[in-house]
Amino acid sequence: MAREQTGEAGRRKANAAAAKPDMVAAGGSDELLKYYRDMLLIRRFEERAGQLYGMGLIGGFCHLYIGQEAIAVGVQAAQKPGDQVITGYREHGHMLACGMDPKEVMAELTGRASGSSRGKGGSMHMFSTEAGFYGGHGIVGAQVSLGTGIAFANRYRNDKKVCFTYFGDGAANQGQVYESFNMAELWDLPVVYVIENNQYAMGTSIDRSSAETHLYKRGASFRIPGEEVDGMDVLAVKAAAEKAAEHARSGKGPYILEMKTYRYRGHSMSDPAKYRTRDEVDEVRKTRDPIDHIEELLEKKGFADEAALKAIDAQVKRIVADAAEFARTSPEPDPSELYTDVYTEVAV
Amino acid sequence: MTDVLMPALSPTMEEGTLAKWHVKVGDAVKSGDVIAEIETDKATMEVEAVDEGRIEALLVPEGTQDVKVNTPIARLSGETSVTPPTPNFEPASRAEASGDPRRSTPAPVAGPVAVCLPVADPELYAGVNLVKITVRDALRDAMAEEMRHDPDVFLMGEEVAQYQGAYKVSRDLLQEFGDKRVVDTPITEYGFAGLGTGAAMAGLKPIVEFMTFNFAMQAIDHIINSAAKTLYMSGGQIRASIVFRGPNGAASRVGAQHSQDYASWYGHVPGLKVLAPYDAADAKGLLKAAIRDPNPVVFLEHEMLYGTEFDVPEGIDWVVPIGKAKVRREGTGVTLVSYSRMVGLCLQAAEKLAEEGIEAEVVDLRTLRPMDIATVVASVKKTNRLVTVEEGWGPMGVGAEVCARVVELAFDYLDAPPMRVHQEDVPLPYAANLELLSLPSIEKIVKAAKIVSYK
Repeated sequence: MAREQTGEAGRRKANAAAAKPDMVAAGGSDELLKYYRDMLLIRRFEERAGQLYGMGLIGGFCHLYIGQEAIAVGVQAAQKPGDQVITGYREHGHMLACGMDPKEVMAELTGRASGSSRGKGGSMHMFSTEAGFYGGHGIVGAQVSLGTGIAFANRYRNDKKVCFTYFGDGAANQGQVYESFNMAELWDLPVVYVIENNQYAMGTSIDRSSAETHLYKRGASFRIPGEEVDGMDVLAVKAAAEKAAEHARSGKGPYILEMKTYRYRGHSMSDPAKYRTRDEVDEVRKTRDPIDHIEELLEKKGFADEAALKAIDAQVKRIVADAAEFARTSPEPDPSELYTDVYTEVAV
Repeated sequence: MTDVLMPALSPTMEEGTLAKWHVKVGDAVKSGDVIAEIETDKATMEVEAVDEGRIEALLVPEGTQDVKVNTPIARLSGETSVTPPTPNFEPASRAEASGDPRRSTPAPVAGPVAVCLPVADPELYAGVNLVKITVRDALRDAMAEEMRHDPDVFLMGEEVAQYQGAYKVSRDLLQEFGDKRVVDTPITEYGFAGLGTGAAMAGLKPIVEFMTFNFAMQAIDHIINSAAKTLYMSGGQIRASIVFRGPNGAASRVGAQHSQDYASWYGHVPGLKVLAPYDAADAKGLLKAAIRDPNPVVFLEHEMLYGTEFDVPEGIDWVVPIGKAKVRREGTGVTLVSYSRMVGLCLQAAEKLAEEGIEAEVVDLRTLRPMDIATVVASVKKTNRLVTVEEGWGPMGVGAEVCARVVELAFDYLDAPPMRVHQEDVPLPYAANLELLSLPSIEKIVKAAKIVSYK
């Protein structure tokens, strides 16, 4: 995936006019096909994770990203090499978007030695320093302070990196979010706060939990600019993230993007989602689905016909099937792993 | 005739410098007039006259250092009652402000707190030049030396930079290292503990100062859930080389919310290292070790020790290894196990016990996690008797842990059931007499040692 990004960057450089947001938003063939494939990978991966959960192969809590794929993929497309990502526990999609191997992600879900955390983290606690992915955090809102700290390190080193810090509409009511906003703006930290507003904090709708439901305004009293973005449109997400990243990278401090989105499944696998109607979910799936949207665009522009799309789907299904098989058959961690990684050994 | 007394600027102040007189003999003053300036290493303030009268004598010359609290510093003529001046108080910290420095009657500032005995250790420091410095300056020196040594080390916290530290532990660091590396934070413990941990995850080595560990309760989620657990949850990928430090335990008369010992809270958590030094040499050597350690370290200091001087090795890179206890006094009669300020009480209790024919061995744990239980067990095998002393509450405490492990490892060597001395099982009271009753004391330690010695 990293190589594909380089190729895409190279293509953009060759065509300087494409740097204009409206032209980028128009999307070229390679670019749209990549987003389509990446979003589809996340959806099929999550569907399979749901199945494995039902089979008892995945334990504990498992929060699926289905419906929100355009956000992780669109923001990732706006990142530069070295930029960091941190989020909460609905993070499988971000990891795949970051370029982590679906096998190691799925194997972590099944608690195997070949998982990204060697089976010791699970669904909510995954990381990849190689991919610049800093978790995977299980405490609602904690990643906001941590991501602000990663941005602090970026500014300390003056390395022009940006930390993309994701959180949900539920976390947006945590006090530490505002403590972090304050320091981020006070010290001009290069952080983009990406609020994935999927309308429900577990079972509590945003109307019932938030006095100000327009979350992009939540930075106003800290002088942090914010805007609302259609989080179901990967091109809109990407364009907004590029603008926000440029703001942060140029030393102007944090930026807030409120991505309006929707999750199709329950909060976690154990949530029957009785707090909303079937019609509400169906309506979103029918009219706003991020993958359908790109599929239509690809066909309309003549970038891909039905056969080409089916080929991509088949390829993605194979990757996911291989990941599931790998995760099912990989060995559990050796009992000796119980006591490793509690402390970093001190070099003598 | 009224004596003007040296006022206390804070609950823990014992002495200060009379920096400047604003009046001279013969001047007429009225209530509220500023007559002098007083300084300590933590704060400065103006002294106001509380009575009308004429300055009859200035008893302490301008510039005199180490003037004890309640020493008469001037004499006013006039028929008024004996009252100390009302300090025009500038709080050095929230902790101090929450005490009541505006004393209306002279009170012994030391309260229930015993003087700590500086203890040199000639064996350990053989061949090394020793200088007397305070615990406060030892901590400062440790940070300064490590910041010179490693550009990734920085200090953040409330009032650490421009104010020079609420307790002046970070004095002069801003001047040497600038505001990039000595960072004043808003009063936002949860946020800046998380921010520091995030910076550590990205490879920096933050020192996060809490004005006191009482306020770190708002940040304990990041200390435990983010800093301590992430290495494990990430399969060894994400490190957090970070030090959380600040004063811990009871100061003096600051009440229940500002007077808690968190040693057992943090000592409970795998992934953390927990240090609680007693003297200045350990404060310096262990803090340097903590900053260099690649793991999250909770470093518990004691406000009552900040101003105490001890011998500290000079001119060498003085690093004390984490995880090693220290026998501070040898004896064969009973083992006293303690940490932080209580070590000083144990040493004084040992002197009293010696008068009664009981030679106590005093073990200073220094590191609470990982605990050097081998040193404790070796001592118990010699003395066959154990008393633990801690400033925190007893239930689920450090003493409970030490006793459990000694029972597991050296049951057959015990000649009496172990005893624990700890704070009484109540929130720390404010009233001086109740506070005294609540905290461990030399008398309580002596009593426990005699019980386990059947004397």
